[in-house]
Amino acid sequence: MTTRYSRDHEWIRLEGDIAVIGITDYAQEQLGDVVYVELPEVGRTLAKGAEAAVVESVKAASEVFAPVAGEVVEVNVALGDEPAMVNTAPEDAGWFLKLKVADKSEVEALMDADAYKAFLETI
Amino acid sequence: MSQSVSEGLKETPLAGLHRELGARMVPFAGYSMPVQYPTGIIAEHNQVRDSAGLFDVSHMGQARLVGPDHETTARALEALTPGDFVGLGRGRERYTLLLSENGGIIDDLMVTRPASPDDDGRLLVVVNAARKDVDYADFRARLPASVILEPMDDRALLALQGPAAAAVLSRHVPDLGEPGFMTAWSATFDDLACGMSRSGYTGEDGFELSMAADDAEAIARALLAEPEVGPIGLGARDSLRLEAGLCLYGHDIDTMTTPVEADLEFAIARRRREEGGFPGAARIQRELQAGPPRKRVGLTLDGKAPAREGAPIKTVEGRHIGDVTSGGFGPTVGAPIAMGYVDASYAEPGTRIAVEVRGRDLPATVSTMPFVPHRYFRKRKP
Repeated sequence: MTTRYSRDHEWIRLEGDIAVIGITDYAQEQLGDVVYVELPEVGRTLAKGAEAAVVESVKAASEVFAPVAGEVVEVNVALGDEPAMVNTAPEDAGWFLKLKVADKSEVEALMDADAYKAFLETI
Repeated sequence: MSQSVSEGLKETPLAGLHRELGARMVPFAGYSMPVQYPTGIIAEHNQVRDSAGLFDVSHMGQARLVGPDHETTARALEALTPGDFVGLGRGRERYTLLLSENGGIIDDLMVTRPASPDDDGRLLVVVNAARKDVDYADFRARLPASVILEPMDDRALLALQGPAAAAVLSRHVPDLGEPGFMTAWSATFDDLACGMSRSGYTGEDGFELSMAADDAEAIARALLAEPEVGPIGLGARDSLRLEAGLCLYGHDIDTMTTPVEADLEFAIARRRREEGGFPGAARIQRELQAGPPRKRVGLTLDGKAPAREGAPIKTVEGRHIGDVTSGGFGPTVGAPIAMGYVDASYAEPGTRIAVEVRGRDLPATVSTMPFVPHRYFRKRKP
């Protein structure tokens, strides 16, 4: 399964029923130095578009919305000690949370890498 | 997350240089200004604390008050502010507050008496960009006919801040010597005329350089070519001044706050505490005597989540006692810090309080400021 992208600059990668979610390189660059990430409680059910996390840069707090619906099964606790991983490895070690996806077709409906790249060029 | 700079914004003489350096430009006080360069806010912040950084502060308002002699101009300014300007020596600089009739702060500003006796009767002021129009109208309305306000719109202003600032500047100003903190003088930078002062807004040693707008880029490029110096945007300017405990107008002080509430008593000259004669004197003298109803304090948070402007400050029992006026992450402190106003009975450093962030009360402590010790240049006593 390839990575999909939302218009809110999240990436989502399906591993079986579980989707790993984070913010894109473009998003981290726009935010600047990340100093704190507030992650949801494991076990919480998120509707599509619900607030999933809050990422704080030096300048401001920004919400991260769930790109698809699902139940939080794991969060990246390593971000507690090293929030800067969101800047250095946004699409890898800087992941935010894992969701047990309610409807995989919601993932399929998001942009693929080429479509996201084209979307960035319109911004 | 996209940021676009809207039409109609003013630019400083360094706008082209900022873009060339890869700055992200944002609207600020009617100007398109660099918020950060590609290295990012934390790297820029550390650059200033560890070495030296160059700030374009040309958006700020530079003006002069021109009267027939020093005493006349100084008394005219004293009628609007709580400072001692009659006693301000040549080549000295002072921080002051433009006050409204009810003692509120219209703006905070720097006032410089030029070093040359030929300039007696002139005082130079630097005001906040967002308050230029208000301040200038206020000066014109309240100054006596004998003292004229002359905006100097053809000037640029740069700040060179950090422990390496003096060494860097002396390469371009060979007769720099060791000027004291809050002194001002005229000099040439390479061969360009500048007004200089040893002051700043970071808590570090540093200088502010005022020059003709046309000379600003050459001076900025010469400073940026020095290995110790990097360009610094508004983002790091804010985190540096917050750690230094310095107020940002429109956030930590405004027309609803008095100098005593804002913990800026140092700006009320000793002579004038009894003498009065400044706008709002009755209220301010009463607050000096009996204490203000609320006070600006520093806050340190126990956890890692920053508290931003507007966050409610509460007792540990959950009663609302004030609000955060500036807050964020302090890169040098390595933790979230904030300032805000609390009921005076909670202003004692060490008082445990809470700050509400996204519906949760986060434990915090009232702290002394600055959060990072000031390192202003002080001349050693002979």
